Amino acid sequence: MKNQRIHLSRGDLLFQILVYTVLGLLSLIVLYPLIYVVSASFTSPAALVAGKMYLWPVNPTVSSYKAVLRESRLWIGYKNTIFYTLLGVSINIVMTVLGAYPLSRKDLVGRKVIMTLITFTMFFSGGMIPLYLIIRNLGMIDTVWAVVLPGAISVHNLIIAKSFFSSSIPFELQESAFVDGCSNIRTLLTIIIPLSAPILAVLTMYYGVAHWNAYFNAMMYLSDSKKFPLQIALREILMTNSIADATDTTMNSVDQILLYEGLKYAVVIVASLPVMCLYPFLQRYFVKGTMIGAVKG
Amino acid sequence: MSVTLNRARHPNLKRTLRSIARNWDLYLLLVPVLAYFIIFHYAPMYGVQIAFRRYSIRKGILGSQWVGMAHFNRFFQSYYFERLLVNTLTISLYNLALGFPLPILLALLLNEVTSKRYKKLVQTITYAPHFLSAVVLVSIINAMFSTSTGIINNLIVLFGGEKVAFTTDPRIFKSLYVLSGVWQNMGWNSIIYMAALSGIDPTLYEAGRVDGASRWQMLWRITLPCLAPTICIMLILQCGRLMSLGYEKIYLMQNDLNIAASEVISTYVYKSGLINAEYSFSTAVGLFNSVINCILLFTVNFITGKLSDTRIF
Repeated sequence: MKNQRIHLSRGDLLFQILVYTVLGLLSLIVLYPLIYVVSASFTSPAALVAGKMYLWPVNPTVSSYKAVLRESRLWIGYKNTIFYTLLGVSINIVMTVLGAYPLSRKDLVGRKVIMTLITFTMFFSGGMIPLYLIIRNLGMIDTVWAVVLPGAISVHNLIIAKSFFSSSIPFELQESAFVDGCSNIRTLLTIIIPLSAPILAVLTMYYGVAHWNAYFNAMMYLSDSKKFPLQIALREILMTNSIADATDTTMNSVDQILLYEGLKYAVVIVASLPVMCLYPFLQRYFVKGTMIGAVKG
Repeated sequence: MSVTLNRARHPNLKRTLRSIARNWDLYLLLVPVLAYFIIFHYAPMYGVQIAFRRYSIRKGILGSQWVGMAHFNRFFQSYYFERLLVNTLTISLYNLALGFPLPILLALLLNEVTSKRYKKLVQTITYAPHFLSAVVLVSIINAMFSTSTGIINNLIVLFGGEKVAFTTDPRIFKSLYVLSGVWQNMGWNSIIYMAALSGIDPTLYEAGRVDGASRWQMLWRITLPCLAPTICIMLILQCGRLMSLGYEKIYLMQNDLNIAASEVISTYVYKSGLINAEYSFSTAVGLFNSVINCILLFTVNFITGKLSDTRIF
């Protein structure tokens, strides 16, 4: 591959230029809306409404962020989502490992049957309403359990973890532990888990982002606004065009519209900030997860 | 004959039992996992029978009156049926037509890039939108395409055009939905193909180069055939999801003005089931959707299995 540049024929060169140009344009198309939102959050609302901002902030200001600080709904949502994510991911990881380790063991009798029963749920489900009725019968409506338990295990992640355990950790290691009289559970805790940092990181990222971005379960099962996660709070602020200061009589309606214009970009940034800050790690581990999944096919 | 068979089976049975006894603690680990799948997956499958009953909470599942196909018939004859089916299928197929080949194309393009830094840059940018939540994505769409202050309409006006009501026009809804989905997930969905491409034996390309093949020829004769099995598997999986559109995003993009184009089966199930509390009817609608999904999955799996020996089960 090293000498390729020297050997390029004219046709190949044209081909290369075309490839670089297309990818460059594509990246710009993907990048533009992201830059636009960031810039808009720092632009003065008046310039935004007048349509003066195209790429970089015009009349830079942090007034929109000051308005976000006053949005108590957003901060309640933030607090709830952090809690749901921490609790949810802990449950996810424990449950996924509990399922993946035994199923990765080729000497487990009945492994194929259990795996088939689990995979079947990927392709067929009872649907939204029967699940809702079960959650209600269990008394989980309006509790944190309705948010974290229904998705406790993602079959896709279970398969990734299972194939990691069976292919990346040599079975001889476990066998020698058994010879020394180690039980299966102790082997899992003292040999498998310490060697599984990469897959645990992948699982944490997959589940973590899913919890951070989730809103539909909460919308179905929660009605108490004090328990709403970030995404629901965000939706209420953005889609209902309502602002916390609406009752503030010192502001006239034009000011309110202006405030809302800037606010809608700033809340998006504030809500996405943790994920954006983690993006370099997320990217690395998500790609790794897809690769492990791909090997399994 | 049967006696000898039985005798031959005995040691196996013994070994199996011994293996189960030795791994008893592995089964213990599986207990909460199986409990989870039973409660949250198989119990709803059992509960799906309320689609054939007139479910009342007081009487419970088995106590409710059996009405057979009544809910299905009501759905098939309803004024919404055709609209829901057409919307679900057209959005899905539109999504498949653009959302399926573009990631493959992106992976192929990235594979031709010789500069590692450029490749990394393009990947970092194109993967990023995948991490945005549905709520954030839809609010970005609404903000950028708004008629009053949206940048897109400002640009249209700047170049002498007329403002377009992107977010409320039913004719535009499907394109907006599909294209924003492509924008968000094209990069991400290309990763699986990148993984497959990195697994291609480099000696194939060397042999091609020795024979004087151009890059274009190598793409068609080496890269694509090596990628075919991955493409097939992804196609099967995509077809299995054809009817289960991501309702999260559609639901958020819906408004009173575009509802004729944006109401799909899954959002209808949510509204009639949870908002109007018509449990049995909406379970029937959801079941109809799942069954079509399964039929599609098995059909495509069967066809690709016949054509190219690639199947997922």
